[in-house]
Amino acid sequence: MLLPKVPVPVFLLLAIIGFPAAARAQENPYFVAYDHYLEEPGNLEIEYFSTFGTERGGHDFHSYWTEFEYGATAWWTTEFSLDGQTTFGDSTVFTGIRWENRFRPLKREHFINPILYVEFEHKSAADKILKEVEGHDVEADFLTPNAVARPDISNEVELKLILSGVHKGWNFTENTLAAKNLAGSPWEFGYALGASRPLALKASAKPCSFCRQNFVAGVEMYGGLGDRHDFGLRDTSHYLAPVLVWNMPSGWTLRVSPGFGLNDNSHQFLLRWGLSREISGFGSMVSRLFRGHR
Amino acid sequence: MKARAACVLAVVVGAGFLSSTRARQPGTSAGPQESKGESVYSEIGKAPEKARAKPNPLEKDPDAVRAGRILFEQRCAECHGDNATGGKKGPSLRAPEIQNAEPGAVFWILTNGVVRKGMPVWSKLPEPQRWQLVCYIKSLGTLPPPSPGSPPPPAAKDSLRPR
Repeated sequence: MLLPKVPVPVFLLLAIIGFPAAARAQENPYFVAYDHYLEEPGNLEIEYFSTFGTERGGHDFHSYWTEFEYGATAWWTTEFSLDGQTTFGDSTVFTGIRWENRFRPLKREHFINPILYVEFEHKSAADKILKEVEGHDVEADFLTPNAVARPDISNEVELKLILSGVHKGWNFTENTLAAKNLAGSPWEFGYALGASRPLALKASAKPCSFCRQNFVAGVEMYGGLGDRHDFGLRDTSHYLAPVLVWNMPSGWTLRVSPGFGLNDNSHQFLLRWGLSREISGFGSMVSRLFRGHR
Repeated sequence: MKARAACVLAVVVGAGFLSSTRARQPGTSAGPQESKGESVYSEIGKAPEKARAKPNPLEKDPDAVRAGRILFEQRCAECHGDNATGGKKGPSLRAPEIQNAEPGAVFWILTNGVVRKGMPVWSKLPEPQRWQLVCYIKSLGTLPPPSPGSPPPPAAKDSLRPR
């Protein structure tokens, strides 16, 4: 039988909308920082994120990435993502892939909970998603035209130590990152800090979309810390961004965050938004597919 | 280089996925519900005395059970079943081990999870919401494990009553 030709993004969108078992997510509002909560085992979360950024002396840009986050176990979450960007007045390019893993080494909840993060990136120099800021990343790096930057491909490993905890409804998180281009560049460092809290701590006794408990607000700050040969704040960029997430009862999550550069090396303004949906029981569904329904 | 990296990626992701799905298969001597149940039930016994003694601050809140039921349907029913009588991944919460446990011990399990056995940490829910869940779970009452061929248990919502 001939199947109708449906573009892949449209197919994915239809699959997400039509999926019968969407899970009600309780997502954090951060775009850059991570807290210590992993994906529930067997659940798949499909996320789309977007960043609009200003560029002094060049063209503004719009970058975007799609993440597929899967809870392999209660202590391991794995995530694959595809990145791209459009530079206004230049072109639209695919900029690479990332595969990240987060591990929870401790069994119980503590005042501070460590999470180990390991990521492999295969990306071009045209990458503008600003998912993390590291080393001496500065605004001027984005002035290179896409045609020149795109062929410059690098493989990078990134390690993070995530320290996160909850106190009186507030989540506080600190991420320290070390990244290395496998072609031989020195280790580069960066950080991200975040604090957030649901607008209400008690749940409502009636199902509702706009109840305060469905919204989590906070702030995140992130930036580079130089590299192994030149550690510190010199020639680094830093950002401060209020963040807000709306966890809808339908299973959709909407995040928004205006970000502001804190020094002359930073983009002056970043506007981020993201939409995600969690699919519960995805792992069981796939395993049934391969084993046959029992 | 690219092909090798892709192979390594595929093998690691595949192994991870298999390990995650294997964990949900029936054991050799016990079904998943039973083995998971034993793990969680035994974990309840590990709750520290201080946690057990913690009183439920929402015990007299008339809305707590109703709010807890909504939270349960959203977060817990997928694993523990719509009626909390147990599902493919999670054990029955209407077993005497849970129903007779102190509210503080149930709260402690929700907060810490049983990470190695697949029960996630639920401290991402604010403390009052975890207590609302405890109120709902404790309102369900004990239900003996179903014998083969017995009719399905009544819906949890039918037995909704604060304790």
